[in-house]
Amino acid sequence: MLTVERLSKNFDVHILGDKRIAGCRQISFEVNEGEFVALSGPSGAGKSTILKCLYRTYLPTEGKVRYQNQEGKEVDLARADERTVIDLRHREIGYVSQFLEVVPRVPALEVVMEPMLSRNGTNPEEAREQAEELLRSLMIPESLWDAYPATFSGGEQQRINIARALGWQPRLLLLDEPTASLDRDSVAIVLNLLKELRQRGTTMVGIFHDKNVMRATADRVISVGTARKESHV
Amino acid sequence: MTLNDWTREAASEGLRGYNYGFMDEGAKKEVRRSLLKAVAIPGYQVPFGSPEMPVARGWGTGGLQITLSLVVPDDVLKVIDQGCDGSVNAVNIKKFVNRVAGVEITADTEAASVIQTRHRIPEERMSEAQILVLQVPYPEALREVEPSEMETRRMHAEADYARMWLHLYEDIVRFGEISISYRYPVMINGRYIMDPSPIPRWDVPKLDMADTLFLFGAGREKRIYAVPPHTRVEPLEFDDHPFRVEQFPVACTRCGSTDSYLDEIIDDANGRRSYYCSDTGYCDKRSA
Amino acid sequence: MNPLLKARNLTKLFGKGCSQCLEQTGPDQETNLCPRCGTVVACADVSFDLYPNEVLGIVGESGSGKSTLVRMTHFEWEATSGELYLSKDVLPENLARQLADEDDPYTQNLLTLSSFQQRQVRNALMGMVYQNPYLGLRMNVSSGGNIAERLLGAGWRHIGKMRDRAASLLEKTEISPARMDEPPKNFSGGMQQRVQIAKALSNNPQLLLLDEVTTGLDLSVQARVLDLIRSLQREFQLSLLVVSHDLGVINLLCTRTMVMKYGRTVEAGLTDQILQDPQHRYTQLLVASRL
Repeated sequence: MLTVERLSKNFDVHILGDKRIAGCRQISFEVNEGEFVALSGPSGAGKSTILKCLYRTYLPTEGKVRYQNQEGKEVDLARADERTVIDLRHREIGYVSQFLEVVPRVPALEVVMEPMLSRNGTNPEEAREQAEELLRSLMIPESLWDAYPATFSGGEQQRINIARALGWQPRLLLLDEPTASLDRDSVAIVLNLLKELRQRGTTMVGIFHDKNVMRATADRVISVGTARKESHV
Repeated sequence: MTLNDWTREAASEGLRGYNYGFMDEGAKKEVRRSLLKAVAIPGYQVPFGSPEMPVARGWGTGGLQITLSLVVPDDVLKVIDQGCDGSVNAVNIKKFVNRVAGVEITADTEAASVIQTRHRIPEERMSEAQILVLQVPYPEALREVEPSEMETRRMHAEADYARMWLHLYEDIVRFGEISISYRYPVMINGRYIMDPSPIPRWDVPKLDMADTLFLFGAGREKRIYAVPPHTRVEPLEFDDHPFRVEQFPVACTRCGSTDSYLDEIIDDANGRRSYYCSDTGYCDKRSA
Repeated sequence: MNPLLKARNLTKLFGKGCSQCLEQTGPDQETNLCPRCGTVVACADVSFDLYPNEVLGIVGESGSGKSTLVRMTHFEWEATSGELYLSKDVLPENLARQLADEDDPYTQNLLTLSSFQQRQVRNALMGMVYQNPYLGLRMNVSSGGNIAERLLGAGWRHIGKMRDRAASLLEKTEISPARMDEPPKNFSGGMQQRVQIAKALSNNPQLLLLDEVTTGLDLSVQARVLDLIRSLQREFQLSLLVVSHDLGVINLLCTRTMVMKYGRTVEAGLTDQILQDPQHRYTQLLVASRL
């Protein structure tokens, strides 16, 4: 479903005297449909960079990201035009990081419901039920459901984030250390939810700082790169 | 009377050297050209030269120039001021046109071929053989909402009339009704908003689909415009606030008319109010 | 899906212009003032597509040409050159017939239409909200009247229905309909902005243009106005062109973003990409300067 070919990402920082920072270099791997693949490598090897290149938050410098979309058509995510990327993000590809990136001043329950409503077209009642179930299983106290997540603790925020990303059941889910700041119990819950999601057909590419978590969850581990290098253009 | 008759008579009356109709032929032609354009674009204000007349600007020179450009010696002219044939201004204009153009003078609406008027339209329905010339002090209906001439011209050109309508909306919000009594803005042929001159609302419906040609002249502002016969003239109104004419709960004290526009007269001596037809020619005819 | 609006090579010069104007100005020259003839190149060769239900951001500092771009799109300022096309689908039938060939999905170049036709297009599907409420509102006319003005322009002739519509729009923008007969000059800056939004929405526009709408407002008021815009965008499925110098506003509202500098587009992309992986020197500076 996903073929990454010789993917490289450099950051040319003009305002630091055209400093070039290497994000990742010549990365190649494949992910089959339904697979849960973990990326592993030393800190600074560019694991996050790879995920962000796949999601196109970063603009890849070189290489290809060949993605087979739902209709079986191949799209090079590294070069696809923005509208195509937006469309894929809307229908097929989800991304979740350890940081909560949601619109402020929206209650937690709505944050989780929103993608179900806008992406899956689920009716509001059903979306609410599903969102409540997710929040409940993620141990978010009911008293917080109508509060703004910005005011939550780090662990709570992250669980909201996960609930939002899982709720709409994307076809491909990119996970950037989704369990980083969770306690042991929460991690177990999240991993369980991820397993369920996978059983329902979602393909996943993830980064986990905890090796045990990684081995327990992923079908396959791909080692990437060495530590990051800096140079001048 | 023929033109030759007039020329002969004029010489004996000390008008030797004066052109027929006072204005020179070039000036008359310019007015006529403007009139033709005005008729061709109903409601559109046509600029014209408006030369000096032997009457001060603002005293009906726009109407006078139109009248003088139109009349031929066998025309019959009626001039009224606020409906009255006998007011000083009306009488002077009448005498002047009679002298410089040799036209016959009348107070009878039906007998006139051309009627020049200020602030009223005669009560008797005019025919297709007649022309009504209206004196206009302020030709720009949009001036109330927009001081700039350039901007009002643009608004007319683009039929951008929302602000005029807004003015009426605000009137209704503030006073519960449209408070305009004279110069009630009208839409001509579904295209141009026009100032019908300071006629009362009573007279506005007479402009709509009339048999008569209406010509409007503003001498000081140098504008001519027209409503040709059988043209839609719609007062600006809202579905839920329709245009209404004045209501008179009484009849004319003199002729007993209940379907004419009445002036209120207060007796200086005893303070008693009474009502008389504003159109004196009409009232005279009914009283006779 | 096809774009709702296609803008091509929009250019606006203030001055007589010369053959050197475009070469001698721009982000590389670090000026928009032509050194040869003194013409201000406010906007040059800017193109973009706006899709239905999309929020496109235009970010840049003052003088970058972003407001000029919006004013040209709104037909307020005549473009020196360029093209603007609208999808025929969003136009009322009579306008679509006037402005487009039968088998062409887009109108003719709207920038060459008469101002009368441009007004019709604007009345039919555009709304505009200005930074300065004095540009968008008649301060001495009642708030309801301000909203009614657009309805009147679109041919509404029923006071009661217009007042109902104004009341519901004011309610949507969180202003008590009880105050609809008060002029906006009585209101606070945030309220004036909300009246402006209500006015801009009155004709059910497909396309809403927002020019620095929250600049100058208190932070808490800014947040309310932005939340309002977001919810209205979703409710009415609006396409938005959002001009702002504030990356926070852009991040909150926009899926795609264009970065402008000295009248040129220096960069365009997905908003998260612009913010996290800016390519152009200027964008990097802008992102690094975020509070």
